[in-house]
Amino acid sequence: MKTVKSPFKFKGGVHPDYNKELARDMPIERLPLPGELVISMSQHLGAPAKCIVKAGDEVKRGQVIGEKNGFISVLVRASADGKVKAVEKRLGPAGSSADAVILETVPPEDNNPAPILPPLDWKTATREELLKRVEEAGICGMGGAGFPTSVKLNPPPGKRCEYLVLNGAECEPYLTADFRVMLERADRIRVGVEIMRKILGMCAVRIAIEDNKPEAITAMEKAFADIEGNVEIVRLPVLYPQGSEKHQIYATVGRIVPEPPALPIDVGCVVENVGTVAAIADAVEKGEPLLERVTTVSGDAVATPKNILAPSGTKYSDLVAFCGGEKEHPAKIISGGTMMGFAVSSLDIATTKTTSGLLLLSSRKVFQYGSQACINCGRCLRACPMNLNPAEISKAVEADDIKTAENAHVMTCIECGACSFGCPAYRTITQFCRRAKASIRARMAAERAAAAAAKAAEDAKKEAK
Amino acid sequence: MKPKTPENHFVLSSSPHAHANSSVRRIMLDVIIALLPTTLMGIWFFGLPALWTVLVCVSSCVLTELACRLAMKRENTVGDLSAVLTGLLLALNLPAGIPLWMAIVGSIFAIAIAKQVFGGLGMNPFNPALAARAFMLISFTGPMTTWLRPISRCCCCDATDVTTMATPLATMKRMFGVDATTSATPHFPKAMENLPSLWDMLIGNMPGCIGEVSALALAIGCAYLLWRKVITWHIPASFIATVFVYSLIAGGAPAYAQVLTGGVMLGACFMATDYATSPITAKGKLVFGVGCGLVCMLIRQFGGYPEGCSFAILIMNAVCPLINRWTQPKPFGAK
Amino acid sequence: MIIAIVCIAGIGLVAAVALALADRYLAVKEDPRIGMVTAVLPGANCGGCGFAGCDAYARALVAGTAPNGACAAGGDACAAEVAKILGVAATATEKRVALVKCCGTRSEAIRVGDYNGICDCATAAMTAGGDKGCKFGCLGYGACANVCPKNAITIHDGLAKVDKRLCIGCGKCVKACPKNLIELVPASATIHVLCNNPVRGPEVRKVCGVGCMGCHLCEKNSGGKEAGHFTFQGFLAKVNYENPPTDATIVSKCPAKCMIEDPHFETGH
Repeated sequence: MKTVKSPFKFKGGVHPDYNKELARDMPIERLPLPGELVISMSQHLGAPAKCIVKAGDEVKRGQVIGEKNGFISVLVRASADGKVKAVEKRLGPAGSSADAVILETVPPEDNNPAPILPPLDWKTATREELLKRVEEAGICGMGGAGFPTSVKLNPPPGKRCEYLVLNGAECEPYLTADFRVMLERADRIRVGVEIMRKILGMCAVRIAIEDNKPEAITAMEKAFADIEGNVEIVRLPVLYPQGSEKHQIYATVGRIVPEPPALPIDVGCVVENVGTVAAIADAVEKGEPLLERVTTVSGDAVATPKNILAPSGTKYSDLVAFCGGEKEHPAKIISGGTMMGFAVSSLDIATTKTTSGLLLLSSRKVFQYGSQACINCGRCLRACPMNLNPAEISKAVEADDIKTAENAHVMTCIECGACSFGCPAYRTITQFCRRAKASIRARMAAERAAAAAAKAAEDAKKEAK
Repeated sequence: MKPKTPENHFVLSSSPHAHANSSVRRIMLDVIIALLPTTLMGIWFFGLPALWTVLVCVSSCVLTELACRLAMKRENTVGDLSAVLTGLLLALNLPAGIPLWMAIVGSIFAIAIAKQVFGGLGMNPFNPALAARAFMLISFTGPMTTWLRPISRCCCCDATDVTTMATPLATMKRMFGVDATTSATPHFPKAMENLPSLWDMLIGNMPGCIGEVSALALAIGCAYLLWRKVITWHIPASFIATVFVYSLIAGGAPAYAQVLTGGVMLGACFMATDYATSPITAKGKLVFGVGCGLVCMLIRQFGGYPEGCSFAILIMNAVCPLINRWTQPKPFGAK
Repeated sequence: MIIAIVCIAGIGLVAAVALALADRYLAVKEDPRIGMVTAVLPGANCGGCGFAGCDAYARALVAGTAPNGACAAGGDACAAEVAKILGVAATATEKRVALVKCCGTRSEAIRVGDYNGICDCATAAMTAGGDKGCKFGCLGYGACANVCPKNAITIHDGLAKVDKRLCIGCGKCVKACPKNLIELVPASATIHVLCNNPVRGPEVRKVCGVGCMGCHLCEKNSGGKEAGHFTFQGFLAKVNYENPPTDATIVSKCPAKCMIEDPHFETGH
């Protein structure tokens, strides 16, 4: 095990105000069980889970309430004991509605409850057992996107994981949840890595941490001191978006993931957030599914910024109340960090497995987008970590010319926001990219549906003959 | 029975929710600041006429911008300072003795025809100040090529009562130009006597446009812009290097004189780097700079005018969309 | 002089021969009926028929691959003309116009945030679910108005309105609306329910002052269920445009004030 400086630097990137000092020294605190939880069936990437409880049902902590619904999907378990008040559509943090179980919680009868799943000894368990456990525990990527972890840990035939990259970059401003997890749960991360290596095969490990978290680097060095094999802690320069999967692979291993639909596994890499790795360790050793996570509540409008361990489905208002309420009236509420988080319209929205932060910003920290014309300054090109031409894309989408945007590789855009961050004309460049991507995806889906319908019609014709 | 609007009303916008706090106005202000040294040097050498030209150009550009936006019923854009900058650049590209009414006509052309007709800031295909200069050069050829002699501020300049004189470039063209070089022996030492000394070229003690004479002041301004990251090095470096290398190969006037006299320094640092009319990628900027340098030197060597810098930039402005198309960046991970 | 005359005449002769040859050997054979059909189509190129403009539709009509009567803008008169040229029977259609089924203006329906971004409905809806409290209502960012070939749609007070007199019923706005709240309705119908929110009344009331609560009063006042002027989707009344109500007195009796009797629909509330 050794610590190295990142050997590769990607092009572009920006330096936002990190504001991490607000919450970085606050130890993880457990939130007292809230009276009501809103547990969404869509806490992950892919098809929402199928709800299998109805109003009036009594559920136990850890009971499955949403079944996996397709290959790219994750099951949902109740994150507390309680009674289902209703099952209804609720607005999620990302702005889309999904079925949610409204749970009226009751305090647990037993302070030392039996494990929800039978604990496993990872040293003796088989690969299949471990993989099944990750799936049963409802684990998805906790960094933000929420990709089903069991799918990620099970590469398709012919593809092998050579490098397991642990994402501890946490390049989003304000957020310190991963930092605190690395500090306080380093041993769990170590166990998680051992388990993942058992599932993926004895691959090399790269632990990527930005230079502005020396304490986390020390904690990881201590935890991984005696690990076998090719393990390196990679100190990354402070640069946004260092935490992006593709850029992290480049910064640690020097490999470049091709354009979509290619995935990291195509270049022999699996990237996993440090929080997810700790969750895997808990799921295997303690039989504890992913029911709670650490969320940073920060911003200049919150009384005491904190890192809170809260069950998924906790309403934002409960988190804010636990932090001593609002210091002043917030002008913007963001679920996630300031670069890629989602603005939300109220504190009634509830956390999910991917909610890494909740920010309350005062009007001094909120800027307004404008509708000025592009002045062609080229700052967005220089900032774009994907080396795209955001100026051209934004101008094309503004003129409703999605085709030009597609030819300019808009589908490669990772929506990191570096372009809009530096735009002196305050243009909504990232939003233009989102709009183009949504419209291209819709068109592709329509084309796929049309092709499927045509094929079905042909098959029917053949059968008739 | 209207429902009550919730008290907590938040801003909803797409990410990112953080901004670098840069702004168009700040960028324009930076360029104006960077132009101050050369403006002051111009006023120092050419006196009150230069000051009047600058003031008239800036104020008429601002007024034209205001009038255009009012006429088009669009929001007022005077606040972004781009009109101030265009006026300043235009003034710096004019000889000090220009009749003020001509400066006003030029300013109106720059803003109304070269900029607002195309939709305003960022939409114009040609650099407004240079378009106006080309328009004035063709319309008012006489006054646009009558150069005031710099006021003698130092003892080394001989005080004569001649108030106008030829620019060093015109002298060079006469002495080293195509016609001169085809004749058996160019009178090299004699020609050098007619050129200003290197020091005069650096500080700007020679006839020329208000803002183009002082190479040193322009270099200071350019360094400021590079430090503020308003421009990148690509266009100035490739432009100046091309002019230098070309004149080394072509022979004739010394290469340093080709760079330091005429509009190359002003053009390379301030005119060719105009955002809207130059390529957006680094590679494109290099191509653009080399093209500007080449065309400029071709005009200087073979053209009818002694100076070709502004035409070179305008011609390259026209090919800018093409360069942009050829030099699209290759996405990270693309084949 | 003579040389000039000979030259000019020679050039003329050569060109004439070339033209004659080209006409004979390079001519593209085209059914003359295509031109005739194109001439009787409205020429709006709205695309409402599903083809890329009137010319494309005319070609499809002549080829027999498109039904006569798909042109909403031309209506029955146009279909009859086409029928005369092609000798195929026109399918009778009724003139249809677009109706925006929402009347929640900024003053009636609450906004839950200050949207700051691209002025486009689908994009605004992607941002925190849209800034309108009602998730079924018109956002008013003009996606429909942008695609309207006749400029029949305007946005007033955060709400899209169709001018029935200008609308040609091409249906582009129906496809453009991310909330699916624009419907093509018979131009002859004058009584409409301007709401698209199927949830329970109290929930609607929290977000909109003019939302349908599903109280069935309109149905009762127009002769009850048997009369069949209305259908219900959840707690939302819908006019049955096969059999639209004609009694205008039911409009003022709507407690939610989401009904209008309006021949042009451009006034609304």
